Amino acid sequence: MYQYDEIDRAVLDARTAEFREQVHARLSGALSEDEFKPLRLMNGVYLQLHAYMLRVAIPYGVLSSEQLRSLAYVARTYDRGYGHFTTRQNIQYNWPALVDIPDALDHLAGVQMHAIQTSGNTIRNTTTDPFAGAAADEIADPRPWCELIRQWSTTHPEFTWLPRKFKIAVTGSPEDRAAIGVHDIGLRLVQNDQGETGFEVHVGGGQGRTPIVAKIIRDFLPQRELLAYLTSILRVYNLAGRRDNLYKARIKILVDAMGPEAFRDAVEAEYEASRGRALTLPVEEIERVSSFFAPPAEGQPLTDIPTGTAFARWRAVNVKPHKVKNRAVVVIPLKAPGATPGDASADQMDLIADLADRFALSEIRVSKEQNLVLPHADKSALGALFRALDEAGLATPNHGRASDIVACPGLDYCNLANARSIPIAQAISTGLHAAGLDEATGDLTIKISGCINACGHHHVANIGLLGVDKAGEEVYQLTLGGVGDGQAAIGKILGPGLSADDAVTAVIACVRVYAEHAQAEESFIQTLNRLGTDPFKEAVYGA
Amino acid sequence: MKTITANRLTDGRVVYLTPANSWTESADQAVRLDDAATDAALDTALRDVLTVVGPYLIEIDADADGFSPAGRKHVRETIRMTGPSAGSTKLTSSTGGAHVSV
Repeated sequence: MYQYDEIDRAVLDARTAEFREQVHARLSGALSEDEFKPLRLMNGVYLQLHAYMLRVAIPYGVLSSEQLRSLAYVARTYDRGYGHFTTRQNIQYNWPALVDIPDALDHLAGVQMHAIQTSGNTIRNTTTDPFAGAAADEIADPRPWCELIRQWSTTHPEFTWLPRKFKIAVTGSPEDRAAIGVHDIGLRLVQNDQGETGFEVHVGGGQGRTPIVAKIIRDFLPQRELLAYLTSILRVYNLAGRRDNLYKARIKILVDAMGPEAFRDAVEAEYEASRGRALTLPVEEIERVSSFFAPPAEGQPLTDIPTGTAFARWRAVNVKPHKVKNRAVVVIPLKAPGATPGDASADQMDLIADLADRFALSEIRVSKEQNLVLPHADKSALGALFRALDEAGLATPNHGRASDIVACPGLDYCNLANARSIPIAQAISTGLHAAGLDEATGDLTIKISGCINACGHHHVANIGLLGVDKAGEEVYQLTLGGVGDGQAAIGKILGPGLSADDAVTAVIACVRVYAEHAQAEESFIQTLNRLGTDPFKEAVYGA
Repeated sequence: MKTITANRLTDGRVVYLTPANSWTESADQAVRLDDAATDAALDTALRDVLTVVGPYLIEIDADADGFSPAGRKHVRETIRMTGPSAGSTKLTSSTGGAHVSV
């Protein structure tokens, strides 16, 4: 993992001290709420329905065990004993008092964490494959590049007041697990004909009110040119992006309005004008940052194999291949039947930190599916890991299956939401479990958003639900066919909106159609493409 | 009929304006305003910038036993009044959870 240097520490110490003064100024009346609001948002502090919400950045979803324990401490000390892991690989606390937040941030600064740029019209936390540096199919580790982007983008003066928020995702594997097609910029590490590693650059993807799949504007960007090229894209956007209409301010609208070719030409012109200057990354700096992400040493072979089918099933579903011999990637779904997607108690965080120390080189990841991951588990410890996770209710074998449901906080917590998400997710999960459908199916994604901002990523769900307000009542639109990873696709509305109860029944009905018609190892999307939407429509709306 | 709600500055908790122009977490102590009284009450609330953030009017249905949020935002305001209907911290909420039909 990357470790802060003196510059990182000085920047963070200054920022936490500054925010403490800003909070004091607001409480004393020296700052009005209008003056304070953009300052608190820049530090990850929202005001939601019931309380302030603090969103803490987890850079590219990577945590040390020490950091996870600190997140548990914050949950226990300043919240109500829980944290909520988000689809942006961050964590949110739903109940901190404003007067306590400076102390919480001081504590987090002690373990090299903060909440800077987790809100505001700026470059947000870069996301990546939760299996980065471990995935067996990886071309190159995306984490050094995420770290370089983090250093470049943090408090970047030119890009602090963009037309709108800006999200970058990086993947290092042919199997995209970072949803690069629906980000403002998506970067895929690729190799060219000469065997050199560089980036395929995707721009203008996004979800929200206007879901669009990103366009490729460069097939191959040399690695050393990454920051120069990102700067060129941001400059074009910063100058030409719309600031007159909140709903048309994202880069996807600009790329669509200009056309991908004209946008690319503008970026390339900007890039040519600045090429060869200070933003070309020195080889030594790439090597320095990369040295923090060295592959783990080989593990030991698995000999302790628990009897019974539970371990075998957990291993088949939640354990993924690792690039290093006798290491494995272990997914810890926060999705037991009826659970709140993404919620983890302080005790669960402490337990997972302890297991990471004992069996997985002290490292944890957060996935955009709102799960935790041990990326470097020793294979010899899989049996012990399973027993400990199972005892804590954290071994549900449903990674990537029907009950691995993603949901935003929705109207139960969020000030922007129009409808509830969490109780819908819980009811679907419970219903699938009761019907024996939660773990029985193949690959399937169900995602729920409580408003059109799409924090629950419903647009790119195989089965998506969007909560809307219709004359004061919660109504849910059901979409099918969305895909986030790989060849991104936006789901299509299946039919008229549904009440909450009917939406739950409808989703379970769609899963049942899939389970009944899937051939061999078919995924939901493969079954949908083969059958078309008619059987699903009939199951939901009748003949 | 209407009342005025806001979030408390220090901790963000949901509060309601009382007839004595103070703030309370207890909805049953909230002021009940007819249309003629709303503008003046809201003006007063908006000036209390060191106690609350963003006071606003909500529609309510009131009777002798209390009131419930009404109008287009009734679901949102019910959740604000009674606490989250779901989520891990619902159970530790001071007010319990709002009813949900699913």
